[in-house]
Amino acid sequence: MSQGMSKTNLLDRRAVVSHLLANRKGAIAVGGLGASTYDIAAAGDNDRNFYLWGAMGGAVMIGLGLALAQPKLPVVVITGDGEMLMGMGSLATVGLQQPGNLSIIVLDNECYGETGGQVSHTAGTADLVGVARACGIADARAMTSMAEVEAFAPSLQDIAAGPRFASVKIDGANLERVLSNRDATFIVNRLRGSLGFQPI
Amino acid sequence: MHARADASSEQAAENAAAWPEEIFAILQRFNVRQVPYVPDAGHSQLIERVLASSSMRSIALTTEEEGVALLAGAWAGGQRGVLLMQSSGVGNCINMLSLTQIFRFPFLTLVTMRGEWGEFNPWQVPMGSSTQAVFELSGIKVLRASHPQEVREVMEAAASQAYNACTPTALLLSQRLIGTKVFVK
Repeated sequence: MSQGMSKTNLLDRRAVVSHLLANRKGAIAVGGLGASTYDIAAAGDNDRNFYLWGAMGGAVMIGLGLALAQPKLPVVVITGDGEMLMGMGSLATVGLQQPGNLSIIVLDNECYGETGGQVSHTAGTADLVGVARACGIADARAMTSMAEVEAFAPSLQDIAAGPRFASVKIDGANLERVLSNRDATFIVNRLRGSLGFQPI
Repeated sequence: MHARADASSEQAAENAAAWPEEIFAILQRFNVRQVPYVPDAGHSQLIERVLASSSMRSIALTTEEEGVALLAGAWAGGQRGVLLMQSSGVGNCINMLSLTQIFRFPFLTLVTMRGEWGEFNPWQVPMGSSTQAVFELSGIKVLRASHPQEVREVMEAAASQAYNACTPTALLLSQRLIGTKVFVK
C-alpha cells in the first residue's frame, strides 16, 4: 500500500489503540518506534507508557522483560508490522517463556509508513499470526473489525491466559504525528516511579 | 555455539569448576533476576547453575540483541539482569546497545571470547578481534579476566559499577581462561 492511500474497509489505527487502552487500569503499554508510539501518545499520556523512538525490533523483548519483572500487571506491546518483522525471533523467545500477562498487538498497514510507504512483507507472503502461533503463542488472531477489537480489549486484563498475539489490519494513511516524550531516562524513571522504585 | 572438549588435566578441571561458581555467587549477591543467554560452551556451567536457580529466570534467546532489549524492560520493571553470550554475538547487538546509553540502565554482559589465544577456526577471528572496540565505540566499559584467580575480583568490579553506578559494562572472559576449543576429525 502506498503512502497516504486510504481504504474504507480498514481500521483507523488511533481508534483501535484508544479502544485497547481505554480501560487499561494499571497496564503498562510499550509502543514500537514510529507511528505506534504516536498512537499510544494520542490515546493519552500515562506514567506507564513506554515510548520507543528507536531500538527497531526490540519492542516485544522490552515487553517480555517488563512482563517477567511485573507478573501481576498486564503488559501490552503495540507495534507495527515492520518493527515486528525485524524482531520476529522474539516471538519464539516469548513462546518459550509463556508470560501470561503479555499481549502483543501488531498494527499492520503492510508498509513502512515512516519512510515513504514502501511495502512490507505482510503485504505479500508473510503471515505474522501464523508465525506467532507456530512459535507457541496459542492465542494468536487476526482482527479486521472494530467489533472484534472491542470484544478482544478486556482480555488484555487477564494476566493468566497469555501470551496473546493479535494482528490488526489498519488503514495505511499517515496521520498527524502526536509526539510523545522522547527522553528515555525520563520515560524509564517515570515508569519505575509509578511501580514504586526509586532512582539509584 | 559449540561443544568444547573436556579439559584433560586435573588442574584445568579444578579451575573450570571454580570461577563460574564465583560468578554465580556474585550475581546472586547483586540480586540478579533475569539471565538472557545465547548458549556457549564457555558459559555452560554458569547456565546450568542459573537453570537450577529458584531466584533467577533463564531466558534462551534466538539472537543476542534480544537480550539487550529484554534487560532494558527488566530494569523498567524493577529487576536486574545479565546477558550471557560469546564474542561473535556482540556484533549482533550493536544498534540495540543504544539502549544502554539512552536509558542509562545497569547493563552487564559476560562475554566468552573466541578468535584469540590459539584459535583453530579462522571464521571466529574477525569478530573476536573487534569485540572490545565495538563495545567501547558503543559506550560500554570493558573489563577482562584471563586467569582463573582473577575472575572473582574482576567480576566483583564489573557488577559493582554496572549495578551501583548504572555504568554499562562488558566483562570479557578470555579464551585463555575458558580454554581453546579442540577440533578433532
